[in-house]
Amino acid sequence: MNNIWRWGRYGLVVLPLLFFGLFYLYPVATIFDYSFRADGVFDLSGFASIATSAYYRDTLVFTVFQATLSTFFTILLVLPGAYVFVHYKFPGRSLLLSMSTLPFVLPTVVVATAFLALIGPRGLLNTALMDLFNLEAPPIQLTHTLTLILIVHVFYNYSVALRIIVAYWSGLSSRIEDAAAVLGANRWQMWWRIRLPLLRPAIVAAALLVFIFTFTSFGVVLILGGIRFATLEVQIYYQTINLLNLPTAAALSLIQILIMLLAMLYYARLQRQMSSSQTVVPIRPKSASTWQQRLFVGGNLFVVIVLLLMPLLALIVRSLWIDGQFSLEYYTLLGENVRNSVLFVPPMKAIANSIAFGLMTTFIAVVMGTLLAYLVGDRLVNTRVGRFIDPLIMLPLATSAVTLGLGFILALDEPPLNLRTSWVLIPIAHSLVATPFVARSVLPALRQIPPSLPEAAQVLGATPFRIWRRIELPLISRSLIVGATFAFAISLGEFGASVFVARPDTPTMPLVIYRLLGQPGTENYGQALAMSVLLLLVCLGSFLLIERFREAGVGEF
Amino acid sequence: MKALSRLLLVFVFLVCVSSLIIAQDEPITLTVLTHDSFNVSEDVLAAFQEETGIEVEILRGGDAGQIVNQSVLTAGNPLADVLYGIDNTFLSRALGAGIFLPYESSLLGTVDSRFLSEAVDYVTPIDYGDVCINYDVAYFEENELAVPQSLAELTAPEYEGLLVAQNPATSSPGLAFLVATVSEFGEDGDYTYLDYWSDLVSNDTLIADSWSDAYFTYFTAGSEDGTYPMVVSYASSPPFTVDEETETASTESIVADGMCFRQIEYVGILAGTEKVQAAEQFVDFMLSEAFQADLPLQMYVFPVVEDIELPELFAEYAQIPENPVVVDPALIEENRENWIQSWTETVLR
Repeated sequence: MNNIWRWGRYGLVVLPLLFFGLFYLYPVATIFDYSFRADGVFDLSGFASIATSAYYRDTLVFTVFQATLSTFFTILLVLPGAYVFVHYKFPGRSLLLSMSTLPFVLPTVVVATAFLALIGPRGLLNTALMDLFNLEAPPIQLTHTLTLILIVHVFYNYSVALRIIVAYWSGLSSRIEDAAAVLGANRWQMWWRIRLPLLRPAIVAAALLVFIFTFTSFGVVLILGGIRFATLEVQIYYQTINLLNLPTAAALSLIQILIMLLAMLYYARLQRQMSSSQTVVPIRPKSASTWQQRLFVGGNLFVVIVLLLMPLLALIVRSLWIDGQFSLEYYTLLGENVRNSVLFVPPMKAIANSIAFGLMTTFIAVVMGTLLAYLVGDRLVNTRVGRFIDPLIMLPLATSAVTLGLGFILALDEPPLNLRTSWVLIPIAHSLVATPFVARSVLPALRQIPPSLPEAAQVLGATPFRIWRRIELPLISRSLIVGATFAFAISLGEFGASVFVARPDTPTMPLVIYRLLGQPGTENYGQALAMSVLLLLVCLGSFLLIERFREAGVGEF
Repeated sequence: MKALSRLLLVFVFLVCVSSLIIAQDEPITLTVLTHDSFNVSEDVLAAFQEETGIEVEILRGGDAGQIVNQSVLTAGNPLADVLYGIDNTFLSRALGAGIFLPYESSLLGTVDSRFLSEAVDYVTPIDYGDVCINYDVAYFEENELAVPQSLAELTAPEYEGLLVAQNPATSSPGLAFLVATVSEFGEDGDYTYLDYWSDLVSNDTLIADSWSDAYFTYFTAGSEDGTYPMVVSYASSPPFTVDEETETASTESIVADGMCFRQIEYVGILAGTEKVQAAEQFVDFMLSEAFQADLPLQMYVFPVVEDIELPELFAEYAQIPENPVVVDPALIEENRENWIQSWTETVLR
């Protein structure tokens, strides 16, 4: 019996490694090999041309600069917000938490539209201000500025940081804070000496994710920044798609991966130093009682609502407002094949496809991500492999989607793995982005579990599965739910390389939106907005369901 | 424990159903790799399938540049049997990589001779479209502005802050417009295309990232929030801005000489396919009257075959430039990087 468990464990370890080896390392190695090897000779001239070009240096500096700023502002705004969500009860708390994740799934073009409707020269805010103060020119002018890039980066990533930190914080013991309060710590000391150090694992994890996402930012920088701003990812895209200059593209891609790897190594070291375990007496949220507390809670909710929900609201209004009156015309048009086109997609079909891919992605990512977290946390097999794998698990997020897309096409071209044009590649591509997310989300919670707990259970004769099911799963469930939510969102938003591989006609909601936006005429535009709103609704519904999953199934004890 | 197992079962069941939903319409036979804008009427394609017994699977691989790259990278072991949607700005790259099997359709004789070149040994022209500036008719009327009739006029003070163009590095109409300016002003001399662009930029021309962004975000006739009444778009866009009640189009194209760039789209049979005969039949089908007449309303382009009757909407509202800019594909492939690089430096400065 013991032997089965032991070998079973090794089997479980091999599973995620096989997945990443096959669908990440192999394609990426293939495309790099193809790019650098010209006529059988290894040619690294791509690096030389980059090293000597001031243009690429500027691009690199700007990429790091905007990612650092974006991360800083995101975390700064999220911390008080997270405090409110952890410590206070208020009506609509879990709904708001779910809704905060919505921006994550929206295509960039749609987000650009939403922001323009809100703060553009003729947007709601500017018109209101101009009326109010009798201004000649719109007071807010953000078109193609760094400020706009930063605002939208915070808009996209707020929920990532919020949910990771809230999940971790809720699992922290309230005893230390209570003790500090009894000993007379003031508010400042409370944050600096108690909360921030305690939260460091979650903050660093969130910051790393936000940093990676904004470092590799593509659409936001392209569309909202205009041509003055370009990230490495934009350069890689341009060198690949426009010029098919693979040596330079691959060199840039490799540089991006190496920089991200440095960030991850640093992060992994930090996390290991801090992994502390403690007995859990979770913080119980209470209602805001004094007016200061109410003000604090209200102020933070205001930020969430203004920053995250106003642009979404502007989008909804636009999709319903036609020629000065409310109408559902754009929504009904979605269901009509006006031009008798062979590629017409009934909205239900697109929704079904999106949800189907979402479910598959969530399944793969939750299984692989959890296993990966156990492997890295050295909880599954007591080896020292975890230490080496830890910094590597985020690599798919750091790899340019264009590079990976071409890698798929080149590497997976022979039976039995001729998946180049199969729909199977879509959930796989989504899972590559989603799995590290789940793993990163679960790891801090896993490390919080004191080893004495499962050990005690083992002494009492519990089987490994029973220990996992009754002790560990409940303790990581909160983080697992966050990971699953984002895995689903990543798939619904079509993240990653799936956009860059040729696919048979299994259109998802974002693809339908892109298609509609590629055609002139206000009806097409209106339908794209209507489809975006449907995408939001499907997401919200799914997020709420995922929350239910936790309450019903794993729950806390 | 029970609740969890049940939920897990439901979840696994859902995943299986999902696989079925997606797998059910896995088709067979002739595969066509094309760009995301590809479209055709249901009955037209169905008639072809019925007549020939060939099932057609459409594979979408992104924009024109992406599908060409994918085909170049997979030369010899192609993703599909036929590649449709490669245009004259990318043609040279594909021919250079030798990805096509030679084929000359017997219907080539019906094609307007302006679209034929040496390339027809390997690829067959199917449709064309002109990248032109579209303008907001109402705005020009209200402000009593004359519509510019040459590229040079666009730098005049009365057109300050009125035009939105696209980044040629990321947008295909953006590149087409850049090539038009290169052809008009040249690369050497007192006033080159770069001088022209720096004048355009000082005249507050906005550069957007993509066609969608320019048209639906910044163009006055495309978006309620737009503030630019001129946009680089297609000569075929105005028909889609016709108001059904008043029967007038809210936009028109400027088709004066030298202001439009002609994009021609081609189809080719990919080397390495085992279905040469079916592929040839498909190419012939694309030159057939049924398909050619179907093109305008489905893909917003014009048929290359002569004497195809245009749909009423197009005949009435789409203008075709008489003397568009035509540039040798080889020249474009050769200079693309250089032009875009110089353009970027000029516009950024």
